[in-house]
Parts: sequence; structure tokens; C-alpha cells
Amino acid sequence: MTKKIKNLNLNFGPQHPAAHGVLRLILELDGEVVEKADPHIGLLHRGTEKLIENKTYMQAVPYFDRLDYVAPMNQEHAFALAIEKILKIDVPIRAQYIRVIFCEIGRILSHILNVTTQALDVGALTPSLWGFEERETLMTFYERASGSRLHANYFRAGGVHQDLPKGLDEDIAKFCETFPKVINDLESLLTDNRIFKQRNVEIGVVTKEDALDYSFSGVMIRGSGIPWDLRKSQPYDCYEDLDFKIPVGKNGDCYDRYLCRIEEMKESVSIIKQCLYKMEVGPVKSSDGKISPPSKAEIKQSMEALIHHFKLFTEGYRVPKDEIYTAVEAPKGEFGVYLISDGSSKPYKCKIRAPGFSHLQSMDYLIKGHMLADVPAVLGSLDIVFGEVDR
Amino acid sequence: MKSLEDLEKKINSELTTKINNTEIKHNQIYIITDKEDIIDVALFLKTNPDTKFRQLIDITVVDYPEINQRFEVVYLFLSHEFNQRLIVKYSIAEHEVIPSLTSIFPSANWMEREVFDMYGVSFKDHPDLRRILTDYGFEGHPLRKDFPLTGHSEVRYSEDQKKVISEPVKLEQNYRNFDYESPWEGTKYIKEEIENNDKKN
Repeated sequence: MTKKIKNLNLNFGPQHPAAHGVLRLILELDGEVVEKADPHIGLLHRGTEKLIENKTYMQAVPYFDRLDYVAPMNQEHAFALAIEKILKIDVPIRAQYIRVIFCEIGRILSHILNVTTQALDVGALTPSLWGFEERETLMTFYERASGSRLHANYFRAGGVHQDLPKGLDEDIAKFCETFPKVINDLESLLTDNRIFKQRNVEIGVVTKEDALDYSFSGVMIRGSGIPWDLRKSQPYDCYEDLDFKIPVGKNGDCYDRYLCRIEEMKESVSIIKQCLYKMEVGPVKSSDGKISPPSKAEIKQSMEALIHHFKLFTEGYRVPKDEIYTAVEAPKGEFGVYLISDGSSKPYKCKIRAPGFSHLQSMDYLIKGHMLADVPAVLGSLDIVFGEVDR
Repeated sequence: MKSLEDLEKKINSELTTKINNTEIKHNQIYIITDKEDIIDVALFLKTNPDTKFRQLIDITVVDYPEINQRFEVVYLFLSHEFNQRLIVKYSIAEHEVIPSLTSIFPSANWMEREVFDMYGVSFKDHPDLRRILTDYGFEGHPLRKDFPLTGHSEVRYSEDQKKVISEPVKLEQNYRNFDYESPWEGTKYIKEEIENNDKKN
């Protein structure tokens, strides 16, 4: 007698803690082996690009915080750079350092979240408890600079919204002294941990060729041994003057990507230290009154400033007709903005290129032939945040 | 190719008839081609040892509803080897079907699905052309300029029917879009002065 065997279809998510948000993953299982994975995304789709087309350039900035919400300022950076390039305005050097400091803080925020939750997915609880304490500290830095812990709305075309409050740079410097120890503690829990290695080594291997074909970027491409980092290869703001290394993996598996993230956090700390050391007192936003709003004191005295203020917050500044693609190295990979302006004060089109989108696309290729239990491990190492995948 | 100018020359000489126009701005090359040639152009850019645009960064469409060739399809490429970026564009009319790049770049799969979902542009030979970002059973293409910002239908849980229902959007207040752009551009003499200053700078 022959028995007919049918593959089992399993719904992973949308409400599953290891799905890192709202991912509906339809898995076709042959026993415990995954034959096919079909990610259904879009459960967090908010139409960001459409909304941006209907807002002025300044009003569009907060939407970028809500993309990859674990590293908000990195996204704002891409948008600010795109506008600056079209308007051809210079950013004061202090503003550049402030932006880089907060981008690196964002990178640490994102990598802590990813490393610790990946550990959580494969069974280690402690790292997340230790890591999240540090995230909390970092978010207070965000709050002190911008007024909110997550949705910062801090970067502007031509600089940042306001200068750092008194004492913040010292506190960030103090953090840079204590944080490396926390990284070491995390490493002592994970790097040589037998269970963590069993769950991650040789899992979800990406070859160099495939990393290119699937449009990988960030840690996903560096984990496979391609030394590519936009901060080095196409430097923006003051990254050129800073000295940092690009950690590169060897085997392209989940474990190498974890190691890359750990090393990148160490490099970020060093970048922040250098910025704090080099930073001097000075203006933090462009002096062009047609683009950056005047200070409150100026409004009280100068008619011109009052008019500028009124025009900036009703009509907004106009951006000449042009098109540009600008990308930054966000913690998750290449985050790009393809901006088309038509001379009015609203973008004609703003396509957001999210790294997570192309990473998640490769889920089927990555997971084929792996066990069901490897799904959370691979998903964790892809570093998916649905805010940016679904936009 | 080391410099963008060399690359521009190379592309123009190798793909003579397939390229309509090239331009360098913002440190990137913008190429205008035709729908029929996109496969050849993409294949050349990817495989030629002097270009090596191995990565397809994104595919998108720009909607210009007032002109006949309504959609402009945009491909963004990146070459790691030469550290260069390149943008390829062509225009199509509303119901045209365009070739899919999935056979050359596997990553084009979702990007083309997104374009199909958001703009309703269909791709020939795409393995799996479904909607991707919008809801199951969604109608319309949200990023078209003639699609209203509020959408056509809204979804809520109905206490009477004990299920989630979809109904036409009811707004308490119409979406207000103020026109702030002032027709007054300043007096003439100030304008001239600004222009003169611009020239000096």
C-alpha cells in the first residue's frame, strides 16, 4: 500500500514574536525541512511615499523616523542630504559632526536591538536585558537633543534643528567610556556560547555572487566578505575626516553577520569619540534664511526674520526642478532616497529604497533546505524592521 | 571605467542605437533608452568588464498624468568595482507591458511587484506578479497621481456583522490643501539685484 504524502503549509506570523514585527511567512514544510518560503508583507504599509508627495519638505522629515524606527536619524540623514545636494547648500561643520554622532548612536541602537533579539530568538534571554538598558541611555541622548526618544525629527536640510543642550556631549563621552565593557559582556555571553554557535554557524550562508545578485547591502554584504560601506566608498558629511575600519565577514553565515555587528558597534563608539574630540563651537544650521528658520529672538526684532518664519512654515522652501538619488549607510544597509523635485515646495516624487526590502526578498533563497527552527535565526540575522520594509 | 566621462563614452560607443541620451549630474550618469532595449542595456551594464553594474538598487516609476507617455520607468544601478551609480529611464504609455529584469537580476522580482502594485504597470515574463504592499483584494494603484490621498475605501470592525468590513471613505472634513504659493514675487528692482548677486557669485 502506498501512502500519499502532502507537504504541510505553515503560517508563520503575522503575530509571532520571532517575526520581528508583522511578517506573514507562508512556509511549505516537508517534515521539518522548509521547501519554500513566501513572505507576505505590507501589513504595516502606511503609504509614506504618497504622504510625502503631499507635504512640504520640512513636514516630510518625520515620516523618515517612522521607517526604520530603531535608528530614526539615519533615515532623516538621507533625505536631508538629497535636498542639500539639489539646493547646493553647505552644512556647517558642527552640524556635520552632530549628525554623524547621532547616526552612529542610531547604528548602535539598531545593532544592540538586532544582536540581542537574535540571541533571544535562539534561546538566550540575558543579552536583551543587558542590551536594552544601554538602548535606554542612548534614547535619552536622542530625547535631550531632539525632544523625543524615538521620532526625533531632528535633521534638517542644511544642518540640524537646534544645537546640543549643555552637558550632552560630556554625557555621550562618558557613555563611550562605559559602553565597550557592555559589548564585551554581551560577547562573553554569545560569541563562544555553544548553543548560540550551533544555532548560527553555517546557517543562512550567502555567497559573494548571491549577495550581489540579491541587492544586499550593509552587514548582509559585508558578512559575505565584500568590503563595501558607503561611509568609506561614497563618503558624505564628515566621514572622510574620520578614521574607522570596516569589519568584514568570511563565511557569510548568520554567525559572521553577528560578529560584524558587534565589531561595527565598537567602530561606532570610536567614531563618536573622534567627533566629540574634533567638534568645535559654531552654527548648526545653514545661515540661508530662505531655508532654515530664524531663531525666536530674531523674530522678535527683525521684520525680515518674521516674514521668513511665516513663509517657511506655511509654504515651505521651494526646491528647483531636479532629480537625484542619494544613499546613506544605515545600520541595516544602503538606505536611499530617489527624489524628484518640480520647483514647488513639495516633492514630486520621493522613492524610498529600504535595505530590508531586498533582504527579506531573499528569504526563500536563504531558507530553502533549512529546518523550521532555523527560520527565526535567519530572519533575525537579516535585521528586518517592518517600518522600512512596508513603508 | 575609472571616470564617469569615460564610462559615458564607453556606453555611448557600445550601445549606440540603444541609447537616446546620456547626461552626467550629481556624480551619476542618467541614461534614457527605450522599452525594447532595456534588457540588452541591463545585460550589457551587468556583464561588461568595463562597467560591472552588478547590483540593481531599485526600480520605480514616476507618474506624469498630463502627458501621453504617462509613466517614466526608472532603474537604479550600482557598480561596486568602479564605485559608480547609474540611472536608466524610459517612458511608456498607460497600458503598455514592459519586459521584466528578473532573469538578469533576481532582486528585480519584488521591486517589479511593487511597481505593479503601486502604479499598475505590468511586466512580461515576471514569474510571480502579485500585489505586494497593499491589502489582499485591494483595488486601484495608490501612487498614481490621480489616486486620492485618503483612498477610496476604509476598513473597520462591524459590531453588527461581527466581522471586518470595507466601506467607502467618509471624511468628517474634506482634506484641505491650501495654496500658499504667492503670486507676488517681489518688486522688480529687488529681483534684479538678487540676479546680479547670483551672477557675481
